[in-house]
Amino acid sequence: MTTHREPHLYAPDEETNVVADKQGELSDQDRAHRALLNFIKDSDFRTANYFEACIHCGLCAEACHFYEVTGNPQYTPIWKLEPFKQAYKREVGPLSVFYKIFNLKKKVTTEQLEQWQHLLYDSCTICGRCSMICPMGIDITSLILKARHAMYQAGLVPQDLWDVSKLQEQGGSPMGVTAEKLKETIAGIESEYGVEIPLDQAQADVLMSASSAELIRYPKTLADIARIMKHMGVSWTMRSDGYEASNYGMLAGNEAAQRAMSLKLIEAGMACKAKTIIIPECGHAYGALRWEAPNLYGRPLPLKILHMSEFLADAIQAGQLKTGTTNKSITFHDPCQVSRRGGAVDAPRKIMKALGVDLHEMPVSGDLAWCCGGGGGVYSIERASHLRFSAFEVKMEQVAESGADELYTSCSDCRMNFDSGQEHFDWDKQAKSLIELVADNLA
Amino acid sequence: MELLNFAKGPAMQFAMVVFAFGVSWRLFGVLMLKWPSDFSEARGNSQIVGALRMMALRSWPHKEFLPRTWYSEVLGYTFHIGWFVVFLLFVPHIVFIEAVTGLSWPGLPGWAIYYTSLITALALLAVLVRRLTNPVMRMIANPDDYISWFMTISPVITGLMVTSHIGLPYETLLAIHILNVAALMIWFPFGKLMHAFFIWTARGSTGAVFARKGVKVQ
Repeated sequence: MTTHREPHLYAPDEETNVVADKQGELSDQDRAHRALLNFIKDSDFRTANYFEACIHCGLCAEACHFYEVTGNPQYTPIWKLEPFKQAYKREVGPLSVFYKIFNLKKKVTTEQLEQWQHLLYDSCTICGRCSMICPMGIDITSLILKARHAMYQAGLVPQDLWDVSKLQEQGGSPMGVTAEKLKETIAGIESEYGVEIPLDQAQADVLMSASSAELIRYPKTLADIARIMKHMGVSWTMRSDGYEASNYGMLAGNEAAQRAMSLKLIEAGMACKAKTIIIPECGHAYGALRWEAPNLYGRPLPLKILHMSEFLADAIQAGQLKTGTTNKSITFHDPCQVSRRGGAVDAPRKIMKALGVDLHEMPVSGDLAWCCGGGGGVYSIERASHLRFSAFEVKMEQVAESGADELYTSCSDCRMNFDSGQEHFDWDKQAKSLIELVADNLA
Repeated sequence: MELLNFAKGPAMQFAMVVFAFGVSWRLFGVLMLKWPSDFSEARGNSQIVGALRMMALRSWPHKEFLPRTWYSEVLGYTFHIGWFVVFLLFVPHIVFIEAVTGLSWPGLPGWAIYYTSLITALALLAVLVRRLTNPVMRMIANPDDYISWFMTISPVITGLMVTSHIGLPYETLLAIHILNVAALMIWFPFGKLMHAFFIWTARGSTGAVFARKGVKVQ
């Protein structure tokens, strides 16, 4: 159970008066209109139920790490949706005629959306804790993602995140890993670690995707994947026509890019007749492909989507992956999009159990674990660093409270955030990869 | 006597019509919106069971959150339970409901209703104080919150006045009390009191999605 911490950062003007970034040359009227059209488009039955059910109890604030560390009421999760709710009530809801005729809900303006940019992006990691506390059962997180669609269409996305998503939309990778660069990177990993990574096989049972974060920052993880696959005797490949698992289109609110990125992987999987696409250690990539992509695809996917931790847990359970044991004292950071939002809480724990790990859970773990502070694209937004580090402090406290010697996770975005926090706070812990733990302890 | 007859007759009838029509309008207005399809491969958990589980289990806060939310939870439960106990178990109310619907059930003694009303009113006052003093609640509040609060507490206060015979003649107080209830029924479809219905559809929607994903439903 989390003890109450005294907020120490609350300085509303300094924090929330962020000058909003704008993209394109649209007029304010056009921006507001585009946003409005998207708010209307996303006001389906589920959205309507959520907005109609809200009783303004404010309890969602008590689950948000940004409210926890700042005490700033602006960070109340449901408040972040105020423009969306306003548009729904005025334009779509059953009482919209009253709201519009009597102007009881004002028209959403570009100025308002600019103010909300900080709330919808900088101060929300899409972690989903607020969705767990709401007494009405409102899935606030899903609404935040929808609200970002409108912000993207209005050209009101934090520039850092916009740039990353555009880079991925145009070149296939948020870090500039083109197909050519992928081949070079794989060759480099094969040479450095002495492994074989099949690329562009015409047929394979498993298509392995990768996140640019892994390819550039954590190449050993890919080498370890190769070692595990070889150990298991799996028929697998990576494909230069579909390799990038991260999906910054989703995080920025660019639905077209999100769909295109997902389709690339699905089509690459179908091209090599794969039965399964494995998502690497990347949280939001799992959410994007496992749960969102089929709905953008418009029908059930012709292949199975598994997170690497699920694949390993299933293989261990089926006896296809034999491991040795280690008595390491470990605590595990649950990536929000895999655990709380993805439903794969048990997989990493099954793996650690098989490895004989001395697992020390943090005070709050699994479905209710605290986000590391860098998810939802926040890691990419430079101006949000102070908020991100403040949220990270909670995580450091919880890791310390676990009493474990080492910290592991199964998300490379989380790892990047941990690395950043480690450097910022001169912390003595480093987040390591669960895949590496498995690879280092193969039977 | 004229006021009482008006309250019991045309006012209450008008309120019932607005209530029935308004609630139906608002529910259908939401039900008729596009239902999102989900093509993702379910983890194998029943979505109907997930929806029902969340409808039931979300009524009780998770222990992780309780240290931070217990005060709101206690206030919420107190005034909701108190209000419905008074509404449904006060003998004159039962007699009134029987006259309209033909349904009847045993009630509680007058003193029990009196103290329950008192506790309910105090809890609702505490809710208002919290709404006005808690920075989060104050910021996210809108007129609906204050109107709905007033509509909820006023029948409780006038009900206490009726049973205590204070302020005005009994029949005048009773008429005001009934008019309060009529006002509540007229307001009901237009404000957040509709959460009485939407709480179930919202919880059900999320419970079904969570079950599909294999996320723990609680």
